[in-house]
Amino acid sequence: MLPVLKAADFASDQDVRWCPGCGDYSILAQMKKILPDLGVPREKTVFISGIGCSSRFPYYMNTYGMHSIHGRAPTFATGLKSTRPDLMVWVITGDGDALSIGGNHFIHLLRRNVDLNIVLFNNRIYGLTKGQYSPTSTEGQVTKSTPMGSIDHPLNPLSIALAAEGTFVARSIDAHVKHLGETLKRAANHKGTSLVEVYQNCNVFNDGAMAYAQEKKQRADNVVELEHGKPLIFGSKSDKGIRLVGSRLEIVNLADVAVDDLLIHDEKEPNPAIQMMLARMRYPEMPEPIGVLRSVEGVATYNDQINEQVELAKQKKGVGDLQKLFSTGDTWQVA
Amino acid sequence: MTVPPTPSNVVPPDLTTSKSVKTVTGITVRLAGDSGDGMQLLGTQLTNTSALAGNDVATFPDFPAEIRAPRGTRAGVSGFQVQFASEEIFTPGDTLDALVVMNPAAMVTNLADLRKGGILIANVDGFNEKEFKLAKVESNPLEASVIEETYRIFKVSMTKLTRDAVAEFGLGTKVADRCKNFFAMGLVYWLFGRSLDTTLRFIDAKFGKKPDVAAANVAALRAGWAYGETTEAFGESFQVEAATLVPGTYRNMMGNQALAWGLITASKLSGKDLFYGTYPITPASDILHELSKYKNFGVRTFQAEDEIAAVCATIGAAFGGTMAVTASSGPGIALKAEGMGLGMILELPMIVINVQRGGPSTGLPTKTEQSDLLQCMYGRNGEAPLPILAPRSPGDCFDIAVEAWRIATECMCPVMILSDGYIANGSEPWRIPDVASMPKITVNHPEGTDTDEPYMPYARDEYLARPWAIPGTPGLMHRVGGLEKQDGTGNVSYDPANHQHMTDTRAAKVDRIAERIPDQDIFGDPTGDVLVVSWGGTYGSCHTAVKQCREAGRKVSHAHLRYINPMPKNVGELLRSFKTVIVPELNKGQLRLLLRAKFLVDCIGVNKIQGKPFSVSELVAAIESHVADSSSATADPHSSANGKPKAESIAG
Repeated sequence: MLPVLKAADFASDQDVRWCPGCGDYSILAQMKKILPDLGVPREKTVFISGIGCSSRFPYYMNTYGMHSIHGRAPTFATGLKSTRPDLMVWVITGDGDALSIGGNHFIHLLRRNVDLNIVLFNNRIYGLTKGQYSPTSTEGQVTKSTPMGSIDHPLNPLSIALAAEGTFVARSIDAHVKHLGETLKRAANHKGTSLVEVYQNCNVFNDGAMAYAQEKKQRADNVVELEHGKPLIFGSKSDKGIRLVGSRLEIVNLADVAVDDLLIHDEKEPNPAIQMMLARMRYPEMPEPIGVLRSVEGVATYNDQINEQVELAKQKKGVGDLQKLFSTGDTWQVA
Repeated sequence: MTVPPTPSNVVPPDLTTSKSVKTVTGITVRLAGDSGDGMQLLGTQLTNTSALAGNDVATFPDFPAEIRAPRGTRAGVSGFQVQFASEEIFTPGDTLDALVVMNPAAMVTNLADLRKGGILIANVDGFNEKEFKLAKVESNPLEASVIEETYRIFKVSMTKLTRDAVAEFGLGTKVADRCKNFFAMGLVYWLFGRSLDTTLRFIDAKFGKKPDVAAANVAALRAGWAYGETTEAFGESFQVEAATLVPGTYRNMMGNQALAWGLITASKLSGKDLFYGTYPITPASDILHELSKYKNFGVRTFQAEDEIAAVCATIGAAFGGTMAVTASSGPGIALKAEGMGLGMILELPMIVINVQRGGPSTGLPTKTEQSDLLQCMYGRNGEAPLPILAPRSPGDCFDIAVEAWRIATECMCPVMILSDGYIANGSEPWRIPDVASMPKITVNHPEGTDTDEPYMPYARDEYLARPWAIPGTPGLMHRVGGLEKQDGTGNVSYDPANHQHMTDTRAAKVDRIAERIPDQDIFGDPTGDVLVVSWGGTYGSCHTAVKQCREAGRKVSHAHLRYINPMPKNVGELLRSFKTVIVPELNKGQLRLLLRAKFLVDCIGVNKIQGKPFSVSELVAAIESHVADSSSATADPHSSANGKPKAESIAG
């Protein structure tokens, strides 16, 4: 019988040092809240982060943890999970960490489908280095390093994850705590790599950048909550929907269009084409999707396969015997 | 249709020569041809056959960086040199006793190494106007009168003879011509009294599924042997008796293979599965190829998306309690530098292997060099010392791998192995160890507790090593990271005094390894005129050169360092016991810089950066120029003409 743990049991003895009002606090709180429900002991839980404000996260958890180097958390986690599949591994990263310096590793982690969970804190700014634009900053955004506005086209983490054949792709919002907790829990229960992008407010360097999605009043009109098997309906009066017309999505008024004509969300569809269309919906033209865009089961994980090959080799060739190995092939005696 | 004969259904006739046989102590032969001619295969077969005959062998493969450099050009020449001898040898040999060339480009690029009176065997079918043009020679180099006068030359129509020999198997011309390296092999085997057995077995194993190709190769091999026996041109063949080696069972061993086997052995001796994270790079890739065959030994190989991913995945595996190893060559090690620094501050045991090649940047990928020593000593940000070991020969790679893992676990830090392309691809006889008698490597992980007291992940033992508490252990939850840590607790700390303390402690931990390694041994007397100090793959040349000088009555000794950081405790004393210290290196003087800085002893460098190993003769000349009676010395220590290594002194 496992001891019943509470959120507080997952708190380390370290003082949390994020700026007052930072969205990170909410994510930390939700994580501590859902972990006891997962039934995984603390000592079997590992948090691995890269560099950035979000990446201080492991220090605040009373689990095993590693604060690593910039952008590389996915690789440490891959090495750990490949050799220790018994552990529950979380990768904590930010938009700069995961998509800029770590973009390469982010893609490869997803395509390998290592059985772990990525939580990507996206505040569309570099917080720790004090306010430069990030790969998800909007075009024209004025920051310390872009006084005339950013000329980079922003990356969309969900599109990248889907393009890399990610098997679990989701988005949530720091301020939408219930939704965040539920999404994290679903991610944890997914076998394979799960990605949860969390819209997270940096109230110091990019305050309100995602207020349209974070503030309760605006959220209903600017965000569509996805639920598997349900039509895409949104709006403060639940009076709007999303319809698929040809190869594009459009907003319709439910006064004009029957619910049956709306797009029904299918997170289990292996072909990611429509999920990709959802990922590409951007404010202000379209409501942005939150929830699980894609959850495909049954795809082999890297950690299972690397370990299965070892077992298979042992079955086929027998457990390795050094003395036998050394003596195979051409040998000769010297008396 | 009749089934063509294959090696397994043909009983080889007893191949004994009827011509006179001359017994010699050793032979150095180089096989050179176009990179598609199968010279590496030929060389490997000759090596294995010679080793099985009981000779001591040493090899030096030399190939272009391009997979298929333009055919027939000098850039495309692929060579394989092997020395086999009835006495103990340490190098693949300096000057060649015999040179086999398949085309003009191979001849003009290799002839300078053939000794006067040496045997030159040329495939004359490869010598025509088209080939002269490709090789950029004006006329047939075989026809030059100086060639006839200087060497014993044998012009053999190998392509035609091979086609005739394999005609009955109905192969296309292209496939038939590909058999000509086996013809050359047969001729070489006849000339040096080698048995065909090993190669027949090889053909059977390799081409067994293509019986016509197998039969053609066998026919070509036999035709080459028969050509030597029947043609009037060859009056005699040569015989090299078995060498007197330490009793035991031997096999032939290449450096990268030995590293791989050493790693597997260390993993078994410590009861740890092996995780190998890497990204392909010449000349380290063969370690990956070798290890990936042994999954039944619990080996997990991870071909990462880049070098950084490779080292970081390795650290992740080490954090989880696995024996974790990464390897690369210099350019990849540069990319791994930040990760190595993290591994160092996390104080996790792992191994980082650098199989050095010519640098800088992409440099000379297929050529050897020793110029990454300072990169490995200092090429990380901050104060990040790591232990460094360097194997001295292909077989020594095995022992170094085991030793590196022992040190990594005892001291809880990443350990570097500095190999090089020359060792990696070279081979030598390797005495098979008795696994049962090898000392175990004891690895302890602290046991779990049920208290909720914060765990002290950076508490230390007498050698300053911290405990290796691994995830999954109850009660020992802790967090590691690259930010400076408070001693004991491992918590993040910016305290100035703590940073000094931790920096000093990490350095002291590496220094204390000197307490656990053997004293530096010396070949020759403990005092004298000249001490030659070397490290890594130059061991064989340096050892042979010192041996020759000592046989000539010089007071010369040799100290070869296998432990570079820390060095054995008595190195300073050794250096001070000689009038002159000479440090030959395939770089601009990196070990020399360390020795001078550490021990304040002047050292004279012999430095060569040509992508080639030292020859014994150039080292003998360099030593001779510095023996006490320098008035009789003829070599100019400051000469760098004619591609000879430049001897220089920092003091000079």
